[in-house]
Amino acid sequence: MNLMLAPVPAGPSLADFGKDPLWISIIKAVFIFVFLLLSVMFGVWMERKLISRMQNRYGPNRAGKFGLLQSVADAVKMGLKEDLLPRTVDKVLYTVAPIILVVPAFMAFSIIPFGPMVSMFGVETPLQLTDLPVAVLFVLAMASIGVYGIVLMGWSSRSPYAVLGGLRSSAQVVSYEIAMGLSFVGVFLFAGTLSTSEIVAAQADGGTWEIAGLSIPLPSWYVVLLIPSFLIYAITMLGETNRVPFDLPEGEGELVGGYQTEYSSSLKFALIQMGEYVNVFTVSAVSITLFFGGWRAPWPISMWDGANVGWWPMLWFFIKLVLVFSCFIWVRASLPRIRYDQLMAFGWKVLIPLNLAWIMLVATVRAFRVEDANRGVIFTLAAIVLIGCFGIWFRFDTVLQRRRENRAAEVEAEFEQLRDEPEAGGFPVPPLDLPHYHGADRKEVPSGSN
Amino acid sequence: MELYVPILVLAVLAAGFAVFSVAIAPITGPRRWNRAKLDAYECGIEPTPQPVGGGRFPLKYMITAMLFIVFDIEIIFLYPWAVAFDQLGVFGLVEMVLFIVTVLVAYAYVWRRKGLDWD
Repeated sequence: MNLMLAPVPAGPSLADFGKDPLWISIIKAVFIFVFLLLSVMFGVWMERKLISRMQNRYGPNRAGKFGLLQSVADAVKMGLKEDLLPRTVDKVLYTVAPIILVVPAFMAFSIIPFGPMVSMFGVETPLQLTDLPVAVLFVLAMASIGVYGIVLMGWSSRSPYAVLGGLRSSAQVVSYEIAMGLSFVGVFLFAGTLSTSEIVAAQADGGTWEIAGLSIPLPSWYVVLLIPSFLIYAITMLGETNRVPFDLPEGEGELVGGYQTEYSSSLKFALIQMGEYVNVFTVSAVSITLFFGGWRAPWPISMWDGANVGWWPMLWFFIKLVLVFSCFIWVRASLPRIRYDQLMAFGWKVLIPLNLAWIMLVATVRAFRVEDANRGVIFTLAAIVLIGCFGIWFRFDTVLQRRRENRAAEVEAEFEQLRDEPEAGGFPVPPLDLPHYHGADRKEVPSGSN
Repeated sequence: MELYVPILVLAVLAAGFAVFSVAIAPITGPRRWNRAKLDAYECGIEPTPQPVGGGRFPLKYMITAMLFIVFDIEIIFLYPWAVAFDQLGVFGLVEMVLFIVTVLVAYAYVWRRKGLDWD
């Protein structure tokens, strides 16, 4: 019996791109642009609605059916607000910075695969704007350019809150970008390519496991094969897009609005918000492409022959996108904001070493499977590395132990000294066992009652 | 090069939209002059704008940026290695272990010198 009835049709590969006539490219680009505009509107509504239901509120329910037109109303309202240009700002950069934030956010979506080859007005073309041999690198590059927008926004505002917010945000985004870049390496080790369409194709078929006459399809999505990579990516997704619990750049308790403080609620502010939402959708789409099999249907649906051909895959992609975005909202409703030093320490001291260790583990297993002849070398290498790690850990532990003992002894000595002569610390400290004078007519009063 | 043309199309679309939004913002909104509105927002106290050219900011952020460059270049080395790993085999594995050990020495140094601590 075969549980995976449909043979997996091959998806488009890098060779299928670059053949579109210009008008097809324009149609696809306009589609992606409109799709992102609509998803930002829908995303804002969905976030408010879902978070309200999680907090036992109704959320927006006035504009349109279920409040669906709330985002349109907000956008119109922002358009009708006065566009302030504060006296202190650097006028050119202040105006250009939101554009620098938004444009790369849109551009990063151009390499996201929406589906397989389809016939579009008689032209056979993949449902993806374009693909590059360095597609994932392109996403990271666009994320890096987006940071310029944030820095310039804060810097050109020339107000303390905005400057601090911009600095914080850029430091946070670049820190989490390293962990994000490292979490992709496991995927590239398995897929052997940086092109998104080929990464999706590599997740099509995980092979089967023959047991007792049954052939059970093995999981092929990298979220199953590379769980640590995915978990690290999920954390960096939140850090990279300045979302809760890493939304310190907008920590309104301390920084008002962070880098966007000086942007009053005009269309510029709407543009900034839009750029942030598009970034959220981009990282979600990247997670789907790299870890959730891209546009391919999940297992029960994939048994249907037509699931992975034609226009249907776009639906699976949208469903996955909505689910990943819902997780963003779920996290926002559940977690409090963390402290800035904890955020940086977590990014640099936990995520990066973990990532490197996991990459080396994956590479070792991979080399073990690829090279049959050299298993002795791999074993020796792994043993050397493990012994080295243990040696370093042992040494650090010994040093730490010694330091802890020395510190305890110091504290003990200081305590002894202070007990013998309380003034030794430099302050007139009364001895701990000094009898207290409570007044002539002392009366015991229970605490808490004045 | 044809692979990059569609990206340019999308970039032109996005840039057009962004420039249009920024350009019409002063036209669609009202204009009511008020001195207080044009000050930097600092919760109502006298504004203390940063000097032209940025002013001072904590050195910590520059160290973070420097460390970012170091580690980002490390990632750039890891990507081609990961893509070509199946062809490189054990040789690639050994080389990468040596490379990561080298990077970890620098990493341990920065950690020890409190370059990764925030306070």
